[in-house]
Amino acid sequence: MSGKRLAVVGAGAVGGSVVELAREYGHTVTAFADSASAAVDADGIDVDSVLARKGSEGRVGSADPEAALDADYDVLVEATPTTLGDAEPGFSHVRGALERDRHVVLANKGPVAERYADLMALERESAGEVRFEATVGGAIPVLSTVEDLRPGHVTAARGVLNGTANFILSRMAAEGLGYEHVLAEAQDLGVAEADPAFDVEGTDAALKCVILANVLAEGAREYTLADADVEGIQNVPGSALELAAEDGQTIRLIGECTPDTVRVSPRLVPQNAALAVTGTRNIVQLETEHAGQLNISGRGAGGPETASAVLADVGRLD
Amino acid sequence: MTGAEAETAPETDGGEQPKPHTIRLELADEPGQLLDALRPIAENGGNLLSIFHERGNLTPRGRIPVEVDLECLPERFEAIVDALRSEEVNIIQAGAEHYGETLTVILVGHLVDSDLSDTLRRIEQCSSASLTNVSLSAPEGRDDVSSASLRLATHTGRTEDALAVIREVAAEKDLHVVEPLTEAGQ
Repeated sequence: MSGKRLAVVGAGAVGGSVVELAREYGHTVTAFADSASAAVDADGIDVDSVLARKGSEGRVGSADPEAALDADYDVLVEATPTTLGDAEPGFSHVRGALERDRHVVLANKGPVAERYADLMALERESAGEVRFEATVGGAIPVLSTVEDLRPGHVTAARGVLNGTANFILSRMAAEGLGYEHVLAEAQDLGVAEADPAFDVEGTDAALKCVILANVLAEGAREYTLADADVEGIQNVPGSALELAAEDGQTIRLIGECTPDTVRVSPRLVPQNAALAVTGTRNIVQLETEHAGQLNISGRGAGGPETASAVLADVGRLD
Repeated sequence: MTGAEAETAPETDGGEQPKPHTIRLELADEPGQLLDALRPIAENGGNLLSIFHERGNLTPRGRIPVEVDLECLPERFEAIVDALRSEEVNIIQAGAEHYGETLTVILVGHLVDSDLSDTLRRIEQCSSASLTNVSLSAPEGRDDVSSASLRLATHTGRTEDALAVIREVAAEKDLHVVEPLTEAGQ
């Protein structure tokens, strides 16, 4: 495989890091768009000046954002914010690329969590391929591991898939502090967003489980967020963590995919269990038919971390 | 520990988890009978969880039925039963089959206002599980949310049924249930 020409749509932490790191992986960024503008150059954009401009002016270039979608590229990297329901505008970006027989690498969870069947139908009609390692577990190679094992050999998957919720629960347990106190601390540290609902209510973890469930189902059934049974951590008081600790247990927000269900809820796990990761760390545990139990853990979020998963996907394309 | 005790005390290996067991006994209605029946359990490494002494009831042989729930390592259970028999305690039923699994859940919410003892009674009645331990933590006082850790001994293979009852009672009383994660294949 040789270097690819990348069009990166979405200039948040992940999109920006993909642009910054692409050269290191031997690729050229020919287009880069945020929600208001685009920088396009068939010979490769000037990464340093584009990122500097994004930092100072808040926009990546002077072209219309649509120009990035029409640019010359081999792979579209879709890194716009995750949207639910129709998963737009991300879904249309993906459709446009596949209709041009280009490859797509997603960091945006919306299209794979909410419209998996539509996406697979588009992929079947296209010479392009869709990959989405970065949508589950950030830097952790979850989907490529499942791909290597083959989905049919994975009997169950579970894990801690939201670093914000895990940070809050593990800080509450370690310091004996209340939920509101630790949430405020997490916001100060930049671990939690000003509006933490997506993380603490379990939606983000549920989207990742839904994506994993779609991969494991191999098209036999389509899952969306509506199929997931989701409970967040807002109702877990410090007293519950104290009682759990008396029994050698702790509480973690666990996402589970079995053949028929997708569930995210706070659960009791032994303090010394592999799943009881601390801080913002994520972990995925796979039960397999031939390989026993596999545990893969690491950083589940972050710009360069998630970008490394995006670039790993680019490297796996033909 | 003296040499004699070291000989009779079974070895532990740290690898196995204690499991709950239920033993049904019948005792003559005479002073000291219950104590005599319980001593062999403690001496053989059993941890007594509850004793149900049905004084108002008599077995067909005119004795008093007693149900003892205990926890011990699986390999110690037989030693306990043997010790009871050698003390000539009449055992009606003994086995891990009765309550073979432990289930721990945490309930969160207005536990006191929603009548905790009623909650516990209904969980025990409907789920044919036996509550072996309850810890309550209400640090904010009566008006705020509190948590209770419930440990139940359930019949083998019936843990899911017990959980369903807990979910139902909790939903009715607007309580949250923190369930244990059961890892399939472990």
